[in-house]
This record gives sequence, C-alpha cells and structure tokens, in this order.
Amino acid sequence: MSWLKVTPAENVPLREGRSVCIGRREIAIFHLPDGFKAIDNRCPHNLGPLCDGITKGTTVVCPLHGWNINLETGKVLKPDVPVGVTTYPVRVSEGIVEIQLPELKEAVA
Amino acid sequence: MKPRKTKKPHLVLVGNGMAGIACLEQILRYGDMFDVTIFGDETHVNYSRILLSNVLAGVHGFDDITLNPLEWYRERNISLRLGVRITGIDPVARTVTGDDGAVTSYDKLLIATGSHPFVPPVPGLEKKGVCAWRTLDDTQRLLEWSAPGKHAIVLGGGLLGLEAARGLQVQGCHVTVIHLLDTLMNRQLDSTGGHYVQRKMENIGITVRTKCTVRAIHGKERVESVELNTGKILPADFVVVAAGILPNAELGRMAGLEVKRGIVVNDFLETSNPDIFAVGECVEHRGMTYGLVAPLIEQGKVLAATITGNKGPTYEGSSTATKLKVAGVEVFSAGVIEETEPGLDIVRYEDPGLGIYKKLVLKGGHMVGAILVGDTSESGRYMEWIRSKEDLTAKRRNLLIPEPPKDPGASIAEMSDSEVVCGCMGVTKGTIITAIHDRGICTLSQLKEATRASAGCGSCAGTCTALLAAVAPGFEPDGKQVLCGCVPFPEEQLREMVHTQQIRSVQQVLDIYGNGTGCEKCRPALSYMVDMVWCGEHEEDRSSRFINDRVHANIQKDGTFSVVPRMRGGVTSPAELRRIAEVAEKYNVPLVKVTGSQRLDLLGVKKQDLPGIWADLGMPSGQAYAKGVRMVKTCVGSEFCRFGTQDAINTGVELEKRLENLFTPHKTKLAVVGCPRNCAEATVKDIGLIGQEGSWQVVVGGAAGKSVRKADVLVTVASTEEALESAELFFQYYREHANYLERTYDFVERTGMDKIRRETVYAVPEARAGLLDRLRKAKSASYDAWLEREQPKTATQFVQIQPMEAPEEVSYR
Repeated sequence: MSWLKVTPAENVPLREGRSVCIGRREIAIFHLPDGFKAIDNRCPHNLGPLCDGITKGTTVVCPLHGWNINLETGKVLKPDVPVGVTTYPVRVSEGIVEIQLPELKEAVA
Repeated sequence: MKPRKTKKPHLVLVGNGMAGIACLEQILRYGDMFDVTIFGDETHVNYSRILLSNVLAGVHGFDDITLNPLEWYRERNISLRLGVRITGIDPVARTVTGDDGAVTSYDKLLIATGSHPFVPPVPGLEKKGVCAWRTLDDTQRLLEWSAPGKHAIVLGGGLLGLEAARGLQVQGCHVTVIHLLDTLMNRQLDSTGGHYVQRKMENIGITVRTKCTVRAIHGKERVESVELNTGKILPADFVVVAAGILPNAELGRMAGLEVKRGIVVNDFLETSNPDIFAVGECVEHRGMTYGLVAPLIEQGKVLAATITGNKGPTYEGSSTATKLKVAGVEVFSAGVIEETEPGLDIVRYEDPGLGIYKKLVLKGGHMVGAILVGDTSESGRYMEWIRSKEDLTAKRRNLLIPEPPKDPGASIAEMSDSEVVCGCMGVTKGTIITAIHDRGICTLSQLKEATRASAGCGSCAGTCTALLAAVAPGFEPDGKQVLCGCVPFPEEQLREMVHTQQIRSVQQVLDIYGNGTGCEKCRPALSYMVDMVWCGEHEEDRSSRFINDRVHANIQKDGTFSVVPRMRGGVTSPAELRRIAEVAEKYNVPLVKVTGSQRLDLLGVKKQDLPGIWADLGMPSGQAYAKGVRMVKTCVGSEFCRFGTQDAINTGVELEKRLENLFTPHKTKLAVVGCPRNCAEATVKDIGLIGQEGSWQVVVGGAAGKSVRKADVLVTVASTEEALESAELFFQYYREHANYLERTYDFVERTGMDKIRRETVYAVPEARAGLLDRLRKAKSASYDAWLEREQPKTATQFVQIQPMEAPEEVSYR
C-alpha cells in the first residue's frame, strides 16, 4: 500500500476542511485537534461540499442542510439514515498530509 | 390546645426552610404516617435560600426560587403556620408554644430552625440602613435600598459577602467589601486562592479592603458613613452584614437537650430526647456544624429513616463543597484545602495572567481536597474523586489536564451512574435517568420537580439539561434558554462572562465554560459575541464561522457562491454597471439578478473565482451572505421626486456608510424613505427612517419575511443627524442585547419598546455616548471583507488544494 502526498499540513487550518481533486475523486481533508481526516467531499443528501462545513469534535456539519457526518467512520449521524460517505486513511509525514486510496491498491496489484 | 382529629401521631416541624422541608419530603416517602404541622417564622413558603444571591443580582425573580408552593402543603394536608416563631417548649408535656401564644402538642418534634447571622459588635448598627442578609425579606429590603450610584458597604468577605457585593453592584451600587482577615473566603480558600478571588472582584469593579474592620457606623437616623479601624471614613448609603452564621440552638437548650455550638445529634440524627429530632444548620454532629445545602439533605435522608421506624442508615458527616455564585468569578472548594497534616501532596497550577489557580490535595493515592479559581469546569470530576476515594495513581500525570470530550454527549456518557450531578440536593446521574424513564420527564422543570436536581444553586442545570437531551425522547428545552448544550449558559450571562473574564476567542469560551468542542450552533454565536463584546478587537477564528463568513459569499444549493457588491442606497453608475456586465461575461456567471435589496446578484460563482471577481468589480462587499448589515434601501426622495419631503438617497447612503461591514445578531435590513408614501418599504425593515415635512420618524422591528410585522416608532426627530443617531443607538443596542439569530422584530417584542426607548433615545447622555462610542470603536475595527482577496487569512482560503502527487504517477513507480 502506498501513501500519496497531498499537501503541506499548514494548508489545512485547524478545525477546517479543504477540498482536493485526486484522479476522479474530490476529497475533503480536515485538520482536527487530534489529527487529519479524509472523506469524500459530497454529502449523501444533496451533494453539499463537506469541506465547507463546521466541525464539532470528529463530526462535520454539512453547510447546506446541516447533516451530521462522522469524519472517522463516514457514518451519517443526523438524520438517522443508513447511508455513509467513503473515508480514507490519512497521515502526516514530515509535515506533508498523505492519503491512501483504494484504487491505488488495485493499480499496483 | 389544638384538637387532633385522627389517630396518626402528630409531627411538628419547627422551621419551614430547606433542611426541614427536604427532610419532610423524605419522611413522606415512607408513607402518610403523620399528621404534620409546620411553623415558620418567615411569611414565605419554602424557597431556595442559596438562590437569594441570584435574586439580588436580578437573575431570578422572587417567584423563581420557590421550592414548595402553597398547593404542595395543601395537597399533603399539612397545617402550615407562617409568621409564627416557636418561643417555648415543654418536653414533659410534649408541647410547643408560639409567639402568638398558641400551644401545640406533638408526638414527634423536628427542630430545623437553621441559623442566624453573626453580627459583630459595632457602634451604630441600630441605625436605619443596616441589614443582615439572610432571608427573602432582607433581600427585598436590599433591592429597595440599592440604586445606581448608591454607596454600599458589605461587612464580610466570605461566600455570602461576595455574593451580596456582586448583587448590589449589578444593581448599580458602588460596593466596598470589608474583610477582617487578610484574604477573602478564608473558610474555603488558602491565601493564594483568596488573592486570586480578590483580584477578580476588583477587576469587575468591587473595592476590597482586607485586614480591616469597621470601628463605627455614623449618621443621624440613617447610615451616612462608616469609620474604619484606620480612622478613614467611607461614605455609605447602607451597610450589609454578612460576617457568618450561628446555629439557632435556643429551642434545644429550652428542651434540656445536649447543646454545644448546635443541638447535638448522633449518627441517626437523634437528640438526647427520644421524641425530639433535629436537622440542618442548627445541629452539631461529631463536632461539626454545616452551613451548606448538601449536608442538610444527607442528614434529612437519615433522619427520615430514623423517625419513621426504619432506623438503620447513618450519617457520618459530609465532605463539603462550595461554589461561589458570582458570574465571572468562578470559585470551587472542597474537602481539605490546607496542609494541615503530614503526608499530603499538593498539586498546583497558576496562571496569573488569566486569573486561574488550581490546587489539588492528595493523600496516599486519592484526592482529599481541591480549590479551583477562574476555571471550575472540572469541579464535578474532582468532587467525584474526593467522594469515591478513587485510586488516582494511574492518572497522576493528567490530574490537571481534562480529556477533551469527543462529542457533546461524551462527557455525560463518561459519568458513572453513582456520580452526583446535583451536589446541593445529592442527586446522582442514575437517579435522574431512572426518573426520566419512569416518569416520562421531558423538561428541566419537570426533572427539578421530580428529583429536586438543580433546585439548589442551579449550577448543575447545564448537566441536567444535557442528560435530558441525551436520554429523554421528548426533550423540550425550558423557557430560560441556554445558548447550547455545549455552553449551557444564557447568552446574556455569557456576554457578561466574556467581558469580565477578558475572553477574546471562541475556543477559550468553550474551554472555560463549555465542553471544549462546541458545535455548528454555538460556535458562530460565540464568534459574534467575542467580536461584539470587544468591538472587533477579538481573536478571529474562521473555523467557528459558517462558510459564508469564511469566504464572504453566500453558498448556494450546488456549493457555488453568489456575489452581491455594495450599492449604497441602491445607487449605481454606468461605470459600475459596465464592470458588473464585463465580470459576468468574463467568469461565465450563470445568472445575474436584481435583488429585493436594490442591488445586483451574480449567482453560481466558484469559490476559487471569488477573489478575481471582487478585484475586477472594484466594489466593496454587500455583506449579502452575513448576519450583518445588508443594505439601506431608499426611494428617490426630495432630489428628484415631486412628492419628496426629505433627502432619502443621501441620508440612506450616509446611514449605510456608518453601519456597513458590521455584524449583527441576525441580518439587518434598513430603508430610508423621503415621504410617508413609503416607496422603499421602511415600515417593514429592521430599521427605517421615514421622512415627513420638517421631521423624521425612526421605526424599528419591522419585517416582511416569513412573517410580516409593521415596525414600531422609536422616536420622531427634527434633524437628519438626529435621525441617523437614533438609528445608530438602536442598532448598537440590538447588537449588545439580542440573542444570536434573533431578528429585530423578535427582539423588540421580547424587550418591549418602552424599555428600548428608555435605554437608547431617552437614556441619560452618558449611556447614549457609551453606545455610540462602542459602535464607533467596532466600526473603526471593521473593514471591507472582500479586501481579504489581497491578504487572505490563510493561503488556501479561496484556492482549491492541488495534490502534490497524482495517483497514476505513484502506481507506475
């Protein structure tokens, strides 16, 4: 499994999100007090840009209609609907945010 | 002698205060075993004495602190004798005699007479204007005496004295606290803690004199001044004595009971007479007397078991904890606070700049005491550690560092069921949850009624509300709204705390008074609050702002943004229109629309195009995305219109210039019209100026949105400058007093136009100048948000991140 370098960590301010296009995916990278998170930048409700939401703990609130989505699991917490958003492993290495995409595994294999 | 109708034994309760009634409530839980008669020397039903400080500070009204209304007594067939003081007791005949001469027989007697204020011997105490502070009537008297500018002297710098001082200061008095010893609250704090508290009291404007006594009180009939031991004379309109309390043990002496400082009771709360029991501040147990609520409640539970024939539970003394109820001066103290014995470990933390002092006292592996000044957010956890004697060896490195809760519900989830939520009434989390489930409780007042939780000092109301929100299916917030479960305080109180505690950032408010995390509701509200309180000199935290206020544009349903440049008064020029047209074409703007606010909206703009569009437009932000000043709509006015009587356009442009770029609790729309034909609809705007022959009418609180409301007249003035100033006064008053997301039309209805006029256009000159000064200060710190295109807050404020590596490249490596 390989890690993809995305951006210097300081490009994502604390408690905020930023979007990045990697291949065909648009991913929201969040900088939380306990680390970085990565999640598809689309709310399952009306495709709202999650990167523009306010965070509360490990939850992001979609700026369009207030859906609550857990950034670690991708689970929709509010309303109570059985849908989710894809999340990605993310880490910071030497000050650079790095992300792992499932496609990569397939490509390398 | 009062005839008895039934055969049930007659229980006589002397004392209608918190201890006696709490005990009686416990007795009634064992069944309807007694005929009950209660004597109270006050003329009120049982109320929460510890909330008197909130009544004095104007937080609560008299009715708010009632614990048991008259119906409570009536429904339980309790014979209630108010205003009667028991002056005699015959333990052989088993009767008590009231000061009205009536003799009442008893089978069981419960003495809960409480305590009385200690009054130091000072010449002149008999003069009018001297009052000890103990009862509801005392509080009423103090409220009558206090008024802005009056000089109040408080004797005693303990818990009671400081709460009195703050209450009187809130009423506008100049307050001086005189304290015998060299540090304040010396019963609850060590000398360092006392100094921190003193600094905080002085910061909020209260004068403190320690190591000081009053030699005499001077004045003809009424108090005029006090003379200190140093010979200094201080002017005084009234004097409050809050120098401590002494148990009311006189009845015990008359009955021949064993009495030391208080009526001596054993672990079953029995006195030396088998038919007489005592509870509360009047008793002495294992050499201790208590002046706090929590121990009285614990005693009452034991006594109830004993007196109903269920003898077994014992009272073994209480580890006491106190909180000071002064907004902005947070103090908590529990257990051992001084190094009184060898083998104690002291953990200390001090930040003089922020005024935070913490001291934890450990013995062996567990905690035996704690002092917290300036930040009491961890008090519940420390109290639980002291109570449970939990072994803290593994937590030793992190005692002072709280684990930040992961989500608002987590801190609730982490509490054990045995953890005491309401320290005053001794109600655990488990009891509350059981009550919520069993009785279908939905509101805080129902919970208070059923369990007594939060009926004491009320400081646990936030936790109780959070528990309700987490557990009760049909949770309804109570009338007195707190901002949010994350920071469970009313906004009014938060504004005061932000001001007095010098808090300039959202995160600090959340760390000190909240759960450290916040949410999408409270973070923007707190952002507005710190900005408003500090007139723009706050620490801006964009992560707490809604996306519109991060990028200064209104997010649309597809994640694009709209751009509305400012056109003051709806006036534009061919050059501006040309630039707008060019920009719309250059950036392929999908829709250009004339708005209802007499300006133009460019819709469907990508975030990364915003800075370029703003630069090409060369016009300032119209704030069409913000909870702030939107526009001043104008009619043509006297410049061109045949009917115009006032110059609506120029007045509107001037008004917009004076208020633009400022934030408000909710969006604010204004209009200026040149005659009563009202072409720009000023009567349905948040603020409207209506020109008429020779004068302007200033109207406020209008709405034409979800609901339609005709604005109320604030004032009618002769000159344009007066009209503008009246609008500014109301504008700043709304900024300072409305809750976040409260439109002017809700604000004026909640506040009342009389009060608004009294505190704005009809206020004393100093108050008007204060409002205008703060408005000007905020205005000078404000700026056109679109200039952030030149100096973005962060490198990626508007631009999308470009990945450093593409997936294909990696896969071919």
